[in-house]
Amino acid sequence: MNPNLDDPAPPLLQACALAYARNDEPIFGPLDFSLHAGEIVLIEGDNGSGKTTLLKVLSGLLEPTSGEVLLRGTTLTLARLSHQVALLGHLLGLKLELSALQNLHFAIGMGGLRGGITAQLALASVGLEGYEDQPVRTLSAGQRKRVGLARLLLVPAALWLLDEPYANLDREGIELVNRVLDAHARRGGAALITSHGAYAYTSGTPRRLKLRAEPGKMESAAA
Amino acid sequence: MKPGTTAAACAAVLGRDLALVWRRRGDALNPVLFAIIVVALFPFALGPETEVLARIAAGTIFVAVLLAGLLSLDGLFRSDLEDGSLEQLVLSPHPLALLLACKIAVHWLTTALPLIAVGPLLALLLHLPDGVLPVLVGALALATPLLSLIGAVCVALTIGMRRSGMLLTLLVLPLIVPVLIFGAGACNAAQLALPTAAPLLWLAAWLALALVLAPLAAAAALKISLT
Repeated sequence: MNPNLDDPAPPLLQACALAYARNDEPIFGPLDFSLHAGEIVLIEGDNGSGKTTLLKVLSGLLEPTSGEVLLRGTTLTLARLSHQVALLGHLLGLKLELSALQNLHFAIGMGGLRGGITAQLALASVGLEGYEDQPVRTLSAGQRKRVGLARLLLVPAALWLLDEPYANLDREGIELVNRVLDAHARRGGAALITSHGAYAYTSGTPRRLKLRAEPGKMESAAA
Repeated sequence: MKPGTTAAACAAVLGRDLALVWRRRGDALNPVLFAIIVVALFPFALGPETEVLARIAAGTIFVAVLLAGLLSLDGLFRSDLEDGSLEQLVLSPHPLALLLACKIAVHWLTTALPLIAVGPLLALLLHLPDGVLPVLVGALALATPLLSLIGAVCVALTIGMRRSGMLLTLLVLPLIVPVLIFGAGACNAAQLALPTAAPLLWLAAWLALALVLAPLAAAAALKISLT
């Protein structure tokens, strides 16, 4: 199914009547939205409104109950994943016993490496210079989050799905996330960010999608 | 921009898991010590008569090694599930079965291989006749990877459950009983100077089958468990 036959470049990500239900209880949807290259979209919603579940469905980890996710015009399933999507969830996927650098080298092995950057450079650009060889166990929650961000900088994924990227970060860290997101958008990448609203993407005017705790209610509004 | 090859991904999994085992080497040695202690206790319980010990030697060593492997199975994917790296494995575009095969290989290398290496010592403790030792080591080398592979499928099936330890044991035990029968059977045959090729070849055939099918089954089970 390709709804954009007249459009030469299909959107990076498109959700078509996407809905998810757990045990017949609707979690979100049906949702329709698209995300083009260079766009940052903020998903806002209260706790329990299905933000994390939405990201899991968009990444392919969960299968939608109805509707579909199109990645550059082709249906996304767990059987057909690509290097184009990177997910940073509540669980960062870091091994506490290993150093930040070892964790990043593992991520490069799994996901590949973007041109013009090394693991050291990525750690330096998230403000973790000097922590390369420290076990992640000894880092604070905010610093671990920064290691997670460094992973995003390294892997060549065009679409970032970030679940509460501002959580645990100090003011400087929040600015760092925004800077990293801006740079990603300028490179032609796109990102979906969830937020419960306490922090927000401050630079530029991101599109906002609102998820409501009552299922099935969603409004899309430009900020 | 390098999208990354499947070989690099497998190397990354192998390297990371080996590094992790090295960091947790105290814990990783537990199953090995467990098997050695179990075998070492038998002569104290049964008395030092050489004939009695030699009669039960191969079976005892086999049971101890398989139970030690069972003990370490639960942790195969547990820490990966808890820190989110299992999600990253599943989401990677590389074949999950291949990545899991690497994890299973590390499990075997770090839990079973040390036990096979101390096999001659265990055999000595129980007065196993010298001629049986090569058969014992060969049977262990075929049976322990089977346990790791079959166990991985069962772990993948039960990983979604919070307290899966008991269920895992119940699932794995009936599946490894044939492995035990054929493995210990080969040693008993060797002790009676009977041919041992048949049971060993059966084990080898199952191993070949499991090498191909178990990672695929584990990958499918893991995807079901995670969703």
